[in-house]
Amino acid sequence: MTVTDEPSTESAGYKYVGTRSIRPDGLDKVTGRAKFGADLTLPGMLEAAVVRSPHAHAEIVSIDTSEAMKIEGVKAIVTGADFPDPAEQGLHPSDQDVANNIIARDKVLYDGHVVAAVAATSRQAARAAAKAVNVTYKVLPHVMNVDEAMADGAALLHPNMKTKGVDPPAEEPSNVASRIVHERGELDQGFANADAVVERTFTTKPVHQGYIEPHACVADTGADGRSNIWVSSQGHFAMRTYTSKVVGVTTSMLKVIPAEIGGGFGGKTVIYLEPLAYMLSKKAGRPVRVVMDRAEVFRASGPASGTKIKVKMGANSAGEITAAEIWMAFEAGAFAGSPVGAAGMTVIAPYDIPHFVVEGFDVVVNKPKVAAYRAPGAPMAAFAVESVVDDLAAEIGMDPIELRLKNAVVEGTEASYGPKFPKIGFVETLDACKEHPNYGEPLGPNQGRGVAAGFWFNAGMNSSATIHVNDDGTVTTVVGSPDIGGSRASMALFTAEELGIGLERIKPVVADTETVGFNDVTGGSRVTLATGQAVVEACRAIKTDLIRRAAKTWKMEADQVEWVDGQAQAKDGSQPPLSLAAIAGKMARTGGPISANASLNARGVGAAFSTQVCDVEVDPETGQVTILRYLTAQDAGRAIHPAYVEGQLQGGVVQGIGWALNEEYVHNDDGVLENPSFLDYRIPVASDLPMIDTIIVEVPNPGHPYGVRGVGEVGIVPPLAAVANAIKAATGKRLVDLPMSPMKVLEAIDGTDS
Amino acid sequence: MSRTQVTCTVNGDQVDFLTLDDESLLNALRDEVGLTGVKEGCGTGDCGACSVLLDDAVVCSCLVFAREAEGATIVTVEGMADGDHLHPLQQTFLEGAALQCGVCTPGFLVAAKALLDRNPDPTETEVRYALAGNLCRCTGYDKIVRATLEAARELQEARA
Amino acid sequence: MRYSAPTSVDEAVGLLSSAPTARVFAGATDMIPQIRTGRPEPEVMIDLKRIERLVSVAKTATGWTIGAATPTSHLTANADLVAAFPGLVEAAGLIGSDQIQNRSSLGGNLCNASPAADSVPAMVVNGLRAVIAGKDGERTVSVADIPTGPGQTSLAPDEFVVEFELDDAPANTADAYLRMTPRTEMDIAVVGAGARVTLDGSGNCASATIALGAVAPTVVRVPDAEAALVGQPINDETLAAVAAACSAAANPIEDKRGTIAYRQQVAGVLAKRAVRKAAERAGGAS
Repeated sequence: MTVTDEPSTESAGYKYVGTRSIRPDGLDKVTGRAKFGADLTLPGMLEAAVVRSPHAHAEIVSIDTSEAMKIEGVKAIVTGADFPDPAEQGLHPSDQDVANNIIARDKVLYDGHVVAAVAATSRQAARAAAKAVNVTYKVLPHVMNVDEAMADGAALLHPNMKTKGVDPPAEEPSNVASRIVHERGELDQGFANADAVVERTFTTKPVHQGYIEPHACVADTGADGRSNIWVSSQGHFAMRTYTSKVVGVTTSMLKVIPAEIGGGFGGKTVIYLEPLAYMLSKKAGRPVRVVMDRAEVFRASGPASGTKIKVKMGANSAGEITAAEIWMAFEAGAFAGSPVGAAGMTVIAPYDIPHFVVEGFDVVVNKPKVAAYRAPGAPMAAFAVESVVDDLAAEIGMDPIELRLKNAVVEGTEASYGPKFPKIGFVETLDACKEHPNYGEPLGPNQGRGVAAGFWFNAGMNSSATIHVNDDGTVTTVVGSPDIGGSRASMALFTAEELGIGLERIKPVVADTETVGFNDVTGGSRVTLATGQAVVEACRAIKTDLIRRAAKTWKMEADQVEWVDGQAQAKDGSQPPLSLAAIAGKMARTGGPISANASLNARGVGAAFSTQVCDVEVDPETGQVTILRYLTAQDAGRAIHPAYVEGQLQGGVVQGIGWALNEEYVHNDDGVLENPSFLDYRIPVASDLPMIDTIIVEVPNPGHPYGVRGVGEVGIVPPLAAVANAIKAATGKRLVDLPMSPMKVLEAIDGTDS
Repeated sequence: MSRTQVTCTVNGDQVDFLTLDDESLLNALRDEVGLTGVKEGCGTGDCGACSVLLDDAVVCSCLVFAREAEGATIVTVEGMADGDHLHPLQQTFLEGAALQCGVCTPGFLVAAKALLDRNPDPTETEVRYALAGNLCRCTGYDKIVRATLEAARELQEARA
Repeated sequence: MRYSAPTSVDEAVGLLSSAPTARVFAGATDMIPQIRTGRPEPEVMIDLKRIERLVSVAKTATGWTIGAATPTSHLTANADLVAAFPGLVEAAGLIGSDQIQNRSSLGGNLCNASPAADSVPAMVVNGLRAVIAGKDGERTVSVADIPTGPGQTSLAPDEFVVEFELDDAPANTADAYLRMTPRTEMDIAVVGAGARVTLDGSGNCASATIALGAVAPTVVRVPDAEAALVGQPINDETLAAVAAACSAAANPIEDKRGTIAYRQQVAGVLAKRAVRKAAERAGGAS
């Protein structure tokens, strides 16, 4: 039973925005015509296989490719020696890390780290050749979690890594890349004011974004170093920039063409295969396709961080949270750069707390370099804090939604990470859950209900869009943001609303790096906001131009003409209106082709809040958890396409449920990943779930012309704690280690957990 | 190793292709027959993105040897529409926003068709268990299940 | 690797004897993933599905004959078989998704010899026999004699299972199979329990067979649990004894799917639930 409040588009007076149009790319996707990253073939194309380290940490002593080169069909082999030295190139340290992650040079840092790659005339030949590449390793000790990495005498991944952000500055190298801190008030004072204090330590494992499409690309590189690269990614401009740095060419040498993308969730904002494909193609003189298989996706693409988080919070008997002390350590994987910074900013952001210290550490371990996963850093932080908030509510005897209402940030509150909140909708999401019938559903034996909230700032960043008016008055809306959630539909809806023409007269297009202006990645919940702003701005420039052309035709001043319902009208009513088609048909007479471009760094980003309610039943003899009911209420600002907004909410919830219950990376004592398959890396299946009840709350973002707030990410922030709180309510047991598999739940129920 | 010719019917047409003995039907369909609607999501039968109908039974084509297709009748997503008339499932998936990135969609459509062919009036639970072999990471399954139930209703009405 | 598709049992035997690494297959649902994770490819792959005898479900005068390569979806679709042996069919029906069900087979599930195979506990409690063909002709053994350890069977290199024989059950008999998986579908069993009970005229248990999967290298019969039921009513007290005996009989490993303690405990829980379900199907449990 999905209860979806229809957004109040009528009150906003929109004609197209807020409707449930069929997405422009939908037909191709239901007929199999849509081309994803691995679906492109070119004449003469070679297939590739990648040689990867079987060790978590080792020196590369030697690589012998001579036997592999002899295999029939092999056309090229590359190793680290084929790529420019990142340090010698003077790359920024984080770009050096990217280059060293693409292919190892002296050391391998995780099971799956690339050592070499082969291109051959068939997959079978490429695989045989990859097996025949002879690598000699000197195995080193490895560290697999924050405790091991931070221990005295731990094996070091990077001999020159000294912790940034500590005072006095670090003298000795360690595996701790950096430290962040946020503080306010006096912690001791805050705890002194508390009537209830809860203190707990939480641990989470790495989890994968789980996109169904493995990474894939095709590169066609000429002898001059120019290359066309087809890739499914979350940002082809970013792919171009990263690849150019790794292979040592200017960005203009690379044309990156976006394929349809089969899921990303943040994991496809980085490169893995493109430089390998580029270089193999250059060496072989033929196009090369490189595709990860599922085991490689797990072993070698960035998961989300495993974490250790300590939380101590206090509240008074009136329900006011008086103090919070948070310590976090995030696994970055083999190179620095976990989202501990974002975690530090979001962890207590939903609440107005007078005294707090938030401290976080970015720690390298012998696992693949982590990549973004939907609101990176926030879900783990929220798991910890929302569990403790729940325990505080229980201790002082307050309803969990009431406690959150008591402390919720509102417009004007100073956020824990600095700025004052503009207009936000957190309270509205709490109220929406409180008033929903799910919250009053009776619960039976072994059943429990959990509540949790979440926050994500969303991003603005750079977008460009171009609007072209065709000679028959139809319109092409050109953007550079890969469409991972239905953004083409939203861009078409904005165009329709701005120009007043029907959707059937608009074609939205995601163009390559040579045919549209620069765009940052599709991520950070920013496309509807930022690329939408660019589309709106370009449409308004078109409208200004159309008004000028009509005025010229009517020999009037432009300020005597207006654009209404897709037509130019004389304000005094003295002329029959001119449609877009009519003006386009005579474009030569009024100044030539009709086009407008907008390139901007988006402002007015609106933060997003979500409140969720989870009902579970726990089998007390096996620990199996069944989700009975799930409700999510999220502030979307304005839902441009309600069905796709619901889709983002529901998808994030289900990913969070998987993270909470069953998903985790399992490594053996050698630091080798034991479950690189969908059989033993358990994402939710259809029979595990009920319908996901969604409420779209609309508190328009005053910073955006349509009130949009990004919706893609915050939905994954509350579920980990919502499920944990529900299990607590059903069993009386507080689980603090994810995932909460049946085994762990049973151990908690029986009291046999450590 | 030399390749063997396989003759079968794909989406109603007779098709001949060459294949190595250890090649999967999935790769043969994609690389030799040119039907890229089937996707490799995992290669081990755990995700269903490669689902096809093989002699009316839904299977993971990654777990079928191409040579097994000799004399068989195969239906892929490209064979579900009748010219420019979409199958009701394709229509309800579009109208019900039952896809986001779309990479799992061909597999779901084939599996849902197989379900409705054998069970025209499934319950929500029956739909969920019949589609449990198809992984989706974008939608959380809610709208996929609704679209399947809606298509079942429409097909029942058309028969009445 | 060569592919071949014989149309007779003799032809298949000949092919199997032709190369030391020749292997038969039905659905290949285990074989292909194993090859992908690095197990060596067999020299000859022998597709059994074109041999009519191997793909069939037939009622005989004394029971049933099931071809070893029959897709398990054919079993779940056979209403009479479901009615007679609901536990066997539900076990077979748990071997994966609909896509897997159209390929998986009892023969494959048995001879792949995974300790966690879902159909094997149910086959064992129902006393299925396997008819084996080899170069010396055919022989028949109890299915319990075939798996000897993880991935190992007692079959000679030139032998394969052709079909299964299942005898009609006495009156007031029913079976059940339950398993523990973290998700509702798509998982390998962490623990499996099959049970078959026959009730006497007064509703007590006349005989019982109980077998556990995934808690030892091969399926474990639990005579102590069976003895606790014979001549007794099936109630909370006797079921508690069943659970205790099954937990004690379980000898599991610790792996990424479950710890030793968990498997032992859940073995007991599932066994008593399976017995109760079988008893309810047979016509009485309190």
